[in-house]
Amino acid sequence: MSTSNGNPDTRSLKRNPPKLIEMRIRRRDNPDSPAYWQEFTIPYRPNLNIISCLMEIQKDPVAKDGQRTTPVAWSMSCLEQVCGTCTMIVNGKVRQSCSALIDQLDQPITLEPMSKFPTVRDLIVDRTRMFDHLKQIKAWIDIDGTHDLGPGPKMTQDEVAERYAYSRCMTCGCCLEACPQYDDNQFIGPQAIAQVRYMNMHPTGVMSRDERLEGIMGDNGIQNCGDAQNCVRVCPMSIPLTKAIYEENRETIIHGLFGWLKR
Amino acid sequence: MASTTGSNGIRIAIVGGGLAGLAAAMKIAEAGHAVDIFSVVPVKRSHSVCAQGGINGAVNTKGEGDSTWEHFDDTVYGGDFLANQPPAKAMCEMAPSIIYLFDRMGVPFSRTKEGLLDFRRFGGTKHHRTAFAGASTGQQLLYALDEQVRRHEADGKVKKYEGWEMLSLVLDDHQVCRGLVALDRHTLEVKSFPADAVIIATGGPGLIFGKSTNSMICTGSAVSACYQQGAKYANGEFIQVHPTSIPGEDKLRLMSESARGEGGRVWVPRQAGDKRGAASIPEKERWYFLEEKYPAYGNLVPRDIATREIFQVCLDGHGINGENQVYLDLTHIPSETLDRKLGAILEIYEMFVGDDPRHVPMRIFPGVHYSMGGLWVDNDQRTNIPGLLAAGECDYSVHGANRLGANSLVSCVYGGFIAAPAAIEFAQNVERNGADGSKIYDDELKRQQEINHTLIKQPGSENQYLIHDEMGKWMTDNVTVVRYNDRLQATDAKLQELLDRYDHISLNDSNMWATAALPHARQLKNMIELARVITLGALNRNESRGAHYKPDFPNRDDDNFMKTTIAEYSGEGPVISYEAIDVTLIKPRKRDYSKGKKEEGSKVAPSVASQVDGKLKSEAAASGLPVSDGATQMPELGWDANKPNISNPAVWNTNKEEVDRTVFGEGESRREQGKAIEDAGGKSDKL
Repeated sequence: MSTSNGNPDTRSLKRNPPKLIEMRIRRRDNPDSPAYWQEFTIPYRPNLNIISCLMEIQKDPVAKDGQRTTPVAWSMSCLEQVCGTCTMIVNGKVRQSCSALIDQLDQPITLEPMSKFPTVRDLIVDRTRMFDHLKQIKAWIDIDGTHDLGPGPKMTQDEVAERYAYSRCMTCGCCLEACPQYDDNQFIGPQAIAQVRYMNMHPTGVMSRDERLEGIMGDNGIQNCGDAQNCVRVCPMSIPLTKAIYEENRETIIHGLFGWLKR
Repeated sequence: MASTTGSNGIRIAIVGGGLAGLAAAMKIAEAGHAVDIFSVVPVKRSHSVCAQGGINGAVNTKGEGDSTWEHFDDTVYGGDFLANQPPAKAMCEMAPSIIYLFDRMGVPFSRTKEGLLDFRRFGGTKHHRTAFAGASTGQQLLYALDEQVRRHEADGKVKKYEGWEMLSLVLDDHQVCRGLVALDRHTLEVKSFPADAVIIATGGPGLIFGKSTNSMICTGSAVSACYQQGAKYANGEFIQVHPTSIPGEDKLRLMSESARGEGGRVWVPRQAGDKRGAASIPEKERWYFLEEKYPAYGNLVPRDIATREIFQVCLDGHGINGENQVYLDLTHIPSETLDRKLGAILEIYEMFVGDDPRHVPMRIFPGVHYSMGGLWVDNDQRTNIPGLLAAGECDYSVHGANRLGANSLVSCVYGGFIAAPAAIEFAQNVERNGADGSKIYDDELKRQQEINHTLIKQPGSENQYLIHDEMGKWMTDNVTVVRYNDRLQATDAKLQELLDRYDHISLNDSNMWATAALPHARQLKNMIELARVITLGALNRNESRGAHYKPDFPNRDDDNFMKTTIAEYSGEGPVISYEAIDVTLIKPRKRDYSKGKKEEGSKVAPSVASQVDGKLKSEAAASGLPVSDGATQMPELGWDANKPNISNPAVWNTNKEEVDRTVFGEGESRREQGKAIEDAGGKSDKL
């Protein structure tokens, strides 16, 4: 798990705690309505995270100006930074809000929904296209069936360790949010490319390698990467995304040059 | 929305997209039938991702003489002899093939030097039996199934309804399940979905306790809806509590017990209500209550003792700042040592608390972690409602009174793999008197819409989130670690009061688009009803067994309580009854890990089993199914043919003799009994 949690030294903030937590939240009532900012204050307690603040607002939704308002909507599930659900933009940085601790954030804290996906309401976005990308690249191992055929292929621990790094991708979308090339499905993005790498490294997976490569050679394919390297910097699971892009770029070029020989 | 259809028109609905639900979906799609999956979150975000430790399967790759029988014996022994034994045995027999299948599907399991799967030792066994993928085995297993199901989705066999929450079952006049009604959590559209069979795989009910180690989606709401429509709920009172979780304002997160293993000291301020920070409290004013009360074991007392003691000192007002927290102090250990031995764990604490445990004592508290109880199912995962099946944490089978570490993942997949062919078999044979568009779907749809309309319209003075908080606090204080009958009675009275107050809630949100208010209100009602099942199950069980502990009844009482608790909804609340369990394979014996396991109990069993008429067929059907028959395995027996044989007097008497011989001695201390739970309860610890 990543330790990139912002400022690690929280002790100063805890010594001089503010009385109130100030939040500015970018809201939207539904996909067709305009976005607007609303401010909230929450009584300070130590060891709060963004989620617990949103829960406070939900219990009694009153804006900073004293006006009763609607509760802020957000999505969440595991709150242990393994499911990816609660991803949003916190103080300008895309991350999981469950591991965003108030004591480590400058105030007023701004919360925004991810901008690269359609907003559903407030902080909820629709990331269906990330799962569609997994279909596009055939992100699965083509097993013959689920009946008992004994163990899988032998592998060294080194190979497993390299695959394990890619296996942690929780489809949160941080890399896509940070990628300057990812917009309106112009570029399939690092998440899916890393999964191509993950599948193609497996001894069985590699047998369907070409199909996956073709999945990232279309109009929205790997060639659209602009090498900004933002993805690898924001990935909460420290997945070597740029390495995956490098490796798969190489494979697609070879496949593009010589793939026709196999036909 | 176009529904998918299978080769012969069979369509099966699965509620829940975690390990159990996806396991069933994969099997059904592979057999050529259509599957509709309903999940409140995209299935890849299900709670299964949180399991860390590993998955059990006896493959004996270390040459330790391990066997599926040993795994089975450990499972029922760890479960304190409350599990029906045939399904537990079938699960253990299927386990190696489950691990191998996941290996073939590409899960990055850790390897040995030879490139084979590596296995490690976990609580409650002497064998290296746990396959693991780093510290995120559950995540990896779920993703592997997610990938395979996506493959079937791309082929049009599977249709996912992500963001849809089940509200109720559609039952016909004969109480046969014909489908379900679900709510789109964005549009609030309510819709009926006909299905030839429904598999519930919605996981545990942790949110009933307010905060738990469960994900925020683990409300038990769908299961409670089934219960309120006539499904039996079994062993609800068996709730596993992990001794050291990290209290958060939003939820609890696991802290591995290895922190105590490496020398962590548990303490609270000696003076109740002491407001000073940990560093300002001098040594002599710290109460190392475990070391004081248990000089022999100190901080390394067994898991259940640690849980109870920590719980008790907080109940007595000694918690940090009067809250439910105690210190777990590592600051006396050099940082280099901590980094080397506990690095990954300390990182997790730092990430979610923001304190560095090398310099600031950690604050921990026991946390509700797993429900052994759930929907009653037979050996083929079928509930008492024809056409309704259940698999995973939401069913009650396999784990008995206490779950063995690393058995949860295997039980989820096993449940899904058994439920799938049983659902197909039912779907193929059921008479289709409930065709699309028939009245039962409209009636149930209207009933659900009316409930929603009432909730949206009613002006009320009660706040649903405060009612939820209050329920969580009562349940955590009184129905978890230590249980007293008077407090359980008071809790049930409180729950009934909350049900009354629930009728006066207002939704608190004027924007109904993608609101959390309506789904939460629906869940809350169901959670309170299920909380009563848990509470009354505990009240009526006057013994201590596995995770259920009553100081007034400190011993296991096999004569009266080696039985499954059954709760049925009367329309008013739960009606509790008991059902004898099938212990024909391994004779119940005292659970005591301080000595080696008694061999006799586990050796005689096969012959006993073969004598029991009617058992063999069902057992073979259950255990033999998935191992070698591939996708088309189906039980040959009809719906009612192989209900568990639970009332055979010969069986009961045979076991009773054994029970009498092994009844606990009077002088037996809880500590010795508890030793069992520490080892047996070894759970999905962080590495």
